Amino acid sequence: MGNLALTFIGAVLVNNFVLVRFLGICPFLGVSKQIDTALGMGMATTFVMVLSGAATWLVEHYILVPFGLPFLQTLSYILIIASLVQVVEMFLKKTSPALYSALGIFLPLITTNCAVLGLAIMAAQQNYTFVETIVFALGTGVGFTLALAAMAGIREQMEFADIPKALRGAGITLITAGLMSLAFMGFSGLIAM
Amino acid sequence: MQSSINREFLKGLWNEHPTLRLLIGMCPTLAVTTAAINGFGMGLSVIFVLVCSSVLISLLRNFIPNQVRIPCFIMVIATFTTIIDMVLAAYFPALHEVLGLFIPLIVVNCIILGRAEAYASKHSPLYAFIDALGMGLGVTWGLTFIGAIREIMGMGTVFGLPVFPETATSWIIFILPPGAFFTLGIAVGAMNHINYVIERRKRQQVSRPAAAGQAVQG
Repeated sequence: MGNLALTFIGAVLVNNFVLVRFLGICPFLGVSKQIDTALGMGMATTFVMVLSGAATWLVEHYILVPFGLPFLQTLSYILIIASLVQVVEMFLKKTSPALYSALGIFLPLITTNCAVLGLAIMAAQQNYTFVETIVFALGTGVGFTLALAAMAGIREQMEFADIPKALRGAGITLITAGLMSLAFMGFSGLIAM
Repeated sequence: MQSSINREFLKGLWNEHPTLRLLIGMCPTLAVTTAAINGFGMGLSVIFVLVCSSVLISLLRNFIPNQVRIPCFIMVIATFTTIIDMVLAAYFPALHEVLGLFIPLIVVNCIILGRAEAYASKHSPLYAFIDALGMGLGVTWGLTFIGAIREIMGMGTVFGLPVFPETATSWIIFILPPGAFFTLGIAVGAMNHINYVIERRKRQQVSRPAAAGQAVQG
């Protein structure tokens, strides 16, 4: 149990996917203009991460490993993630139109979010158990949402700042991300991993 | 014909530079550029996957049904990614170790899917090849450049060769994660600034002959 808590906190703070491992940078730069949309994107991504973490674990341990097909890992994982995103999209459209319209535009983008695929491959490399994979996926999703929401909060304030013309937009966002990453490095002594 | 090929080739190197202008494919750009050689290795891997998948997708463009084109593109890209992953593991184990997770993640690199969707699926194989090569070389110089800056500042070397004397203090922050964000942010800013200066010069050159013409008329 303690181990699971460490995995969770490690994924949220110490090895934050966005700021320390550089996964999921595209949505981090693209969808961090407003806190509301950042939270929506974060929640949708967390949801898909947990589902795809579970699905890829099952495929890895019941199909790829027993049949000796590890070279199909990349190919099968990306297929699983793409079809899962599609299924989630259709499911939400039928059952919860409100949530669907809130997340709508973000869902298809999640397929090409490298954090989702990176998470699945990392869990396989670390030989996590099923429960550990789920906890790791959840922690990663929460960490992603945290970074995205914090960035959106800062960018909302920056709208009013006087920034040199050449740095407006992406430049200043990246430098801000660097400062946030510096702050997150403070967590690195929290857990000895 | 010749000039349009040149244009398609050159656009990826500067005007539509994927990493520094369009800001796509950011994850490997930030993660693997701790040293110039790593950035270069990643760039070459991206060229391979980008060129092969663009040409294949261009050849198949009349056979892939429009509704399922994205999954088809991803399958083609994943195949070439698996090939480069295995080749690197077999022949360049040290580089494979450093790039690690980011080799399979070439699949979800938006540059490659972006070129497939926006260009290769609409043009002939020759043009797709030229476009992919230009974009790939753009990525490679971008990654090598950022890697070189981080290596010089963080370790005092470039491609493993010492640049500063032993007594100089290296700023280790540049090879840590925050340094990646700072370097890329400033590189993007510098690129924008250079383009503003070029634009201003062009405008002055255009306006000067016009002003001279008016003076003569007056």
